[in-house]
Amino acid sequence: MSDQSIDYDVEFRAITKRFGSLVAVNGVSLKVRKGEFLSLLGPSGCGKTTSLRMIAGFEQPDEGELLIGGSDAVGIPPYRRDVNTVFQQYALFPHMSILDNVCYGLKQRKVSRRERRAKAGEALELVQLTGRDSHRPAMLSGGQQQRVALARALVMNPRVLLLDEPLGALDLKLRKEMQIELKRIQDQVGITFIYVTHDQEEALSMSDRVAVMSNGVIEQLDTPRAIYDHPLTAFVADFIGDMNFLEGRVAESADGGYAIDAGEGVVVRGRGHPAGAAIVRVGIRPERIVVERGNGSGTANSARCEVLTKMYLGDQVQLILRLANGSEFVVREQRTSAAPAIDSLEPGDTATARWDEAAPLLMADLQPQKDGE
Amino acid sequence: MPSAGTPRRSRHRFGKRMFTGWAVLVYLVLYLPIVVVVIFAFNQPTSVPQGASPCSVDPSRMGNVTVWNGGTTCWFHTALNDPTYVPAVKTSFWIAFRASLIATVLGTAAALSLARMKKRWRVPFDVLVYLTLVVPEIVIAVASLIFFVQAHNNLSIFPTLGESTILLGQIVFSASLVMLIVRARFVGMGSSLEEASFDLGGGPIATFRQVTLPRLLPAVIAGALLSFTFSFDDYVLPAFTNGTVNTWPIVVYSAVRFGVTPAVNALATVMLVVTVTLILITGLVLRRSGASDLTGAPPPTIP
Repeated sequence: MSDQSIDYDVEFRAITKRFGSLVAVNGVSLKVRKGEFLSLLGPSGCGKTTSLRMIAGFEQPDEGELLIGGSDAVGIPPYRRDVNTVFQQYALFPHMSILDNVCYGLKQRKVSRRERRAKAGEALELVQLTGRDSHRPAMLSGGQQQRVALARALVMNPRVLLLDEPLGALDLKLRKEMQIELKRIQDQVGITFIYVTHDQEEALSMSDRVAVMSNGVIEQLDTPRAIYDHPLTAFVADFIGDMNFLEGRVAESADGGYAIDAGEGVVVRGRGHPAGAAIVRVGIRPERIVVERGNGSGTANSARCEVLTKMYLGDQVQLILRLANGSEFVVREQRTSAAPAIDSLEPGDTATARWDEAAPLLMADLQPQKDGE
Repeated sequence: MPSAGTPRRSRHRFGKRMFTGWAVLVYLVLYLPIVVVVIFAFNQPTSVPQGASPCSVDPSRMGNVTVWNGGTTCWFHTALNDPTYVPAVKTSFWIAFRASLIATVLGTAAALSLARMKKRWRVPFDVLVYLTLVVPEIVIAVASLIFFVQAHNNLSIFPTLGESTILLGQIVFSASLVMLIVRARFVGMGSSLEEASFDLGGGPIATFRQVTLPRLLPAVIAGALLSFTFSFDDYVLPAFTNGTVNTWPIVVYSAVRFGVTPAVNALATVMLVVTVTLILITGLVLRRSGASDLTGAPPPTIP
């Protein structure tokens, strides 16, 4: 064991987990830093929950090494691990009071009655749920049960706290509140959080780093900002936020810039260096595109298009456009002014979509990142 | 239209009354026989000789005891002093108590292990369990008799026909019954609570004691009560495997052959009162400990 392992609370070394013929986690390597808020993000079936359950000890890896706090954790049962879980459906003990639920773990550790009551009280205060000590879980609302589940795990002061889609069962407004709460609590207690979610907004807003998973591998592991601004693969680009894709032949590549001919006069000029392939794919975020009425000049980064649909998203107006080459684009504009320019466009109108050179992101369908750090 | 809802509402009310009436009828059909048993525990023989106690009449001269001939309480005295009745009830009670206890432990253990077993292993066991419940009792009784006699002949430590063999035969059936009831609840419970307990540092034994068993308790108690009832009033199996031991059902059946007296009703009434009291106490205790939900459904979440 090298000394540097101590800087990581959890370490996956080429872990594979199979269920029958299904490979749930495929050779994943991952290092979780001390005290960070790391999200495992991906669609259902991507292996994120299985990864979490392996850290918790409910599943054992078939191949590879798992280190918790620098020491080998393979084969160690859940009740001997210094990690605690906040379950998706809370899994509160229905036959115990709220206080007994929170005290349960300390009781297993043979902590004295007085001490565990004091600690449980502190934990319930931390999650802002006091005065319900003698209630049964069924008497609380979903949001309150969520807080009890959190307190029950936090009171153990674990090395790592695992959260398995803890906000999935809450309604939107409560979910937003709890996101802020969770972030505050994590700052306050300084415990490493590993957070599993399929909600990209949740992952981006709370995490220090996000691991985007798909088909049992980590596609990209980086800060939320880097994941959004520089997605490495088309999957990440598409899964995180919306992305408009264009594909074409590289017409020109020099001095850190390139031009791609996407057909029918649609030319994309961007920064970067398209690697190798003659046909490449670029992605452009909807908010980086400006739409103007009328038939603009056919220069690079400016495409003639037809408005297909217009939708109001409350704070934004969204258009679906069809470009001259047949690609469909999603474009959004904030309604910061009373009458945004985009609002004058109606389905059927002809318009011009423009973007700047920094907007197009080169999509390299890279091999998934093998080393997680 | 202010009057539009009125006919519909009155029809609705009528329907509701019909349902209530139906429920009352069902309960009458269920419990009237028991009420009749209790009432006829106080019945007199058709003709009582001058000056004699109504209960000193010979059972064969009892006349028609299904007709009300006037009240007396002496049957309770007769029943409780009968040389066969009270010992037979005691025997039946003692057998039923042990049978339900052992069957509950075995059935619960089987339920837990079978629910977690791989399907390939579980299915054969399931078939065996269901077999003990579907095969007619008379078949099991005959088979048990042959088995017990042969077993004792070949293996001298195996008990002769008697209380032990009655007990063994009934445990087989009752354990299957308990297993079915407990497993239904255990499977419905899911594994998330146990996982939560493991996660919080509870080992397998601590988890079973503090989480699994308390959650299963209603089903375990229901299983125990059902086994007790089954064992207590079972006639067929003990009739074959009793040897010289008399259980309460056996005594009643043989009494019927010589003419039954209201003493049987009197003893039944005593037992009824004791049973109902015990069930009420159990219910109260369960409600106190908060395990009274027999449905096994997860508690509703208030949004």
